[in-house]
Amino acid sequence: MNKKLLKLTVNGRAIELAAEPYHTLAQVLRNELNLTGTKVGCDMGTCGCCTVHIDGKAKLSCLTLALECQGTEVRTIEGLNEYEMHPLQKAFAECGGSQCGYCTPGFIMKSCELLDRNPNPTREEIKEALAGNLCRCTGFMKIYDAVETAAEQLRKKPEPSPVKV
Amino acid sequence: MPIVSGSGQTKNEHQLNKGVWDDDGAPKAAPFNTVGQRIPLKDAYRKVTGEGVYTDDMKFPGMLHGRILRATKPHAKIVRIDTSKAEALPGVRAVVTGADAEKRFGVLPVSQDELAMAREKCIYNGEPIAAVAADTEEIANEAIWLIEVEYEPLQEFLRPRESLKDVDDELRLHEKVDKKHPKTNIHKAVDQEFGDVDDAFKQADAMPSAKFNFDGISHGFTEPHSVLGHWDADDRLQLYTPQQVPHYTHRALAKVLELPMHQIQVTRTMVGGGFGGKSDPFQHEMIVALLSMRTRRPVKLTMDREETFLTGRGRHPTESKVAMAFDNEGKLLALDSDVIIDGGAYGSFGVVSAYYNGVLSNGPYRIPAFRYHGKRVYSNRIPSGAMRGHGSVNPRYCTETLVDMAAVELGMDPCELRMRNFLESNTLTPFHKFRITSNGIREGLAEAMKRSDWKNKWGKLPYGHGIGVGCAWYISGSALPIHWNKLPQSTVHLKIDMDGGITVHSLAADIGQGSDTMLTQCVGEVLGVDLGRIHVKSQATDTAPIDLGSYSSRVTFMAGNAARAAAEEIRHKLTDAAARLTGQRGEYFDFVNEELICRTKPDVRVSFMEALHEAQADIGALVASGSYQSPPLGTTFKGSNAGLSPSYSFSAFIAEVKVDPETGFVQPLKVWAAHDCGRALNPLSVEGQIEGSVHMGLGQALCEQLRYRNGQLLNGNFLDYKIPTPFDSPEIEAIIVESHDPEGPFGAKECGEGALAPVIPAIGNAIYDAVGVRMFEVPMTPDRILKAIEKKAREEQK
Repeated sequence: MNKKLLKLTVNGRAIELAAEPYHTLAQVLRNELNLTGTKVGCDMGTCGCCTVHIDGKAKLSCLTLALECQGTEVRTIEGLNEYEMHPLQKAFAECGGSQCGYCTPGFIMKSCELLDRNPNPTREEIKEALAGNLCRCTGFMKIYDAVETAAEQLRKKPEPSPVKV
Repeated sequence: MPIVSGSGQTKNEHQLNKGVWDDDGAPKAAPFNTVGQRIPLKDAYRKVTGEGVYTDDMKFPGMLHGRILRATKPHAKIVRIDTSKAEALPGVRAVVTGADAEKRFGVLPVSQDELAMAREKCIYNGEPIAAVAADTEEIANEAIWLIEVEYEPLQEFLRPRESLKDVDDELRLHEKVDKKHPKTNIHKAVDQEFGDVDDAFKQADAMPSAKFNFDGISHGFTEPHSVLGHWDADDRLQLYTPQQVPHYTHRALAKVLELPMHQIQVTRTMVGGGFGGKSDPFQHEMIVALLSMRTRRPVKLTMDREETFLTGRGRHPTESKVAMAFDNEGKLLALDSDVIIDGGAYGSFGVVSAYYNGVLSNGPYRIPAFRYHGKRVYSNRIPSGAMRGHGSVNPRYCTETLVDMAAVELGMDPCELRMRNFLESNTLTPFHKFRITSNGIREGLAEAMKRSDWKNKWGKLPYGHGIGVGCAWYISGSALPIHWNKLPQSTVHLKIDMDGGITVHSLAADIGQGSDTMLTQCVGEVLGVDLGRIHVKSQATDTAPIDLGSYSSRVTFMAGNAARAAAEEIRHKLTDAAARLTGQRGEYFDFVNEELICRTKPDVRVSFMEALHEAQADIGALVASGSYQSPPLGTTFKGSNAGLSPSYSFSAFIAEVKVDPETGFVQPLKVWAAHDCGRALNPLSVEGQIEGSVHMGLGQALCEQLRYRNGQLLNGNFLDYKIPTPFDSPEIEAIIVESHDPEGPFGAKECGEGALAPVIPAIGNAIYDAVGVRMFEVPMTPDRILKAIEKKAREEQK
């Protein structure tokens, strides 16, 4: 046991826990914090299911060691659904952008980062942003619809999403 | 929005009928309530928020972690297994091996050839040998490497042709092989001949033929295999598993563990994609049960991605020799095919695969003479099994390519040639007597041609740019269940109590295709209620009546019909109640928007809740059961049951591609995908199924292949097993064709599998249109295409 103290913020909550040096952020989120919305599909950075935000940037939590996140702000799919469901979450559900749902949290987190920096992306820009995420069910068409629908919703809103950490 | 929902036929014509009365004064049936509406999946909000619970998300107090040790040889005697060092490792709670379970199991009753873990010998590289349960994942990982296994290598069968040879008993991979070939490793041979095939070829004006080769592919679902078993304090096994068919797992567990079925409860968790790859009862399910029974603790086992690939059951690697005969009018005269499919280590669904590779070529065209020799062989490779479009996809590529070759030879438009040969609606196929009910393939192809501007593109695009067509059909549920008994294929129970919530119990597995939503719609349609009232419980075998699960594209047709039947029973009880309350005739009540409205006196209305409470008087909760059983179909020759279905879907796809002749790289530009699903209960879901099928078919067409060296899988990960990314995927225009099946629930039939097969030949034929080469190897990777282009150039120089 070479556990070290890890301090970080997860979905706005201050966390202190002991983590092994080899534990990934995905393992800590899922096993220690019970935030199982973050999925592990390949554990080697090839599917994007485990995408979370670290300091506002979309990262693969299966390729990130937990202790690398010292002092960072982490946001997971659960953090998008506080007080109100995020427009991306609604749009993925309502446009048919989620079938089996396993890749969905990763797609939403990645899309969320995209819309944060580019509120009105073209379809090519959406494709580029999502190129590292694997969906085996939808053929992507309805995922693009969902991102475009959510982008439109978000543009209509004067203030940014209320759950912004 | 690029998605076009439907072909114009999808308009809810019933909505136009609202309030309309028949001329003879008889009240017209009510319009549809929810059928035809775009409804988000019932569990979608749980999925988008991360609330949905998949097996690996579950945790129990005291839970142990399981891990499997896998064989490192493709074929070898297991001389010795020593588990003592693993057992001695602190934190290890149990080690199990093949010695702990001797009963064989398998999905088909005729192929009971799997063991929980290998005994005496291993038959593929990756086969489970032993397993541990430990306090942590880390300890379990460490422990399996402390298990010592000594192998004595045996001759390996790594190419399907080697499995055709006679061998000594010791080298037969399974005791039971095909009866006609008792000394070989042929699992199942199917030989069928109908009509005068040889004569048809003598008469023919065009006789395209070719040898085809298909690599094996994997389902590539994003959720790795995961299972949690708990032998609980009541001495019952609770097994949580993402299963497409909880019922078959339930049966297999009872057999392997030698327990009565009722002592086991199988609970389906959310399923992170299946596509056929989660429809066998699995070794890891048996292993977790054994570990939990040994320790009396909950045990969870989640595989890594490579193990998930090794567990297999993907599409069979296939070698096909196929010939077709046509007259000079383009009429199809005969089909002759000889196919070897590599089943890998186990039987799995393979007997069905052996039949389907032949018999499912008897559509969508009329085949007046038919010959098929098919052999499914055992080999020392990853087990093949059922994958989306099971048994129909590879042979479809062969026939669609040959049809295209015939069109070129005869100087005809390939679409026109197809139009001349399609099966009609309401007909039987000549020999197998497959009953075609509704068939919208002509309308589908015509629409795809129109939207793709086929007539101005085919044969007219510049070099490197092409367009191609592919057509297909598929069963809408296998008419014969694999377990021969008198039980219905689907049963659905409904319960409604005074709270007004409608609980639907069914074991049809929602694997992301939306079957819970479909059940909700079928019930909601009949009862005219807000769908928010309806709650589907489709997970646990204790409460859900048996359903044969999510495979063979059966769920909408069979479970949908069962749900409808159950809801009709409730409806009768409610109309009786409404009659009592109003003095009107019960059968005159329509169920619309939470009200029962008297058709002859629209002012006479009873709310759903009033009717419900009246109906509940003296009996309490309303309960009902509905079931579905296929009607008797087909004919009587041996093997004639394979391919029978109460209904068939039809599809006609056109693909446009660009091929770089310098690199052989194919960029698919657009796919127009017309699919006849009978009636689109939920067009949003139907489009999703079509688009997903296109994407998956595209992967097999262009880039997906399982590669081996010396029997070892080389690319069991998503980096080396290439699945198309957003950049590799074309725009997809899903065209819904509604032919209104007479027996499907509200006219519906399948849409989840049939839409895959036409993609691959549409791409292949588009490549031909673009650069003039026929591709006989799938996937059509850049190196293969380049080789074909270079070969063509050399031949032209000569």
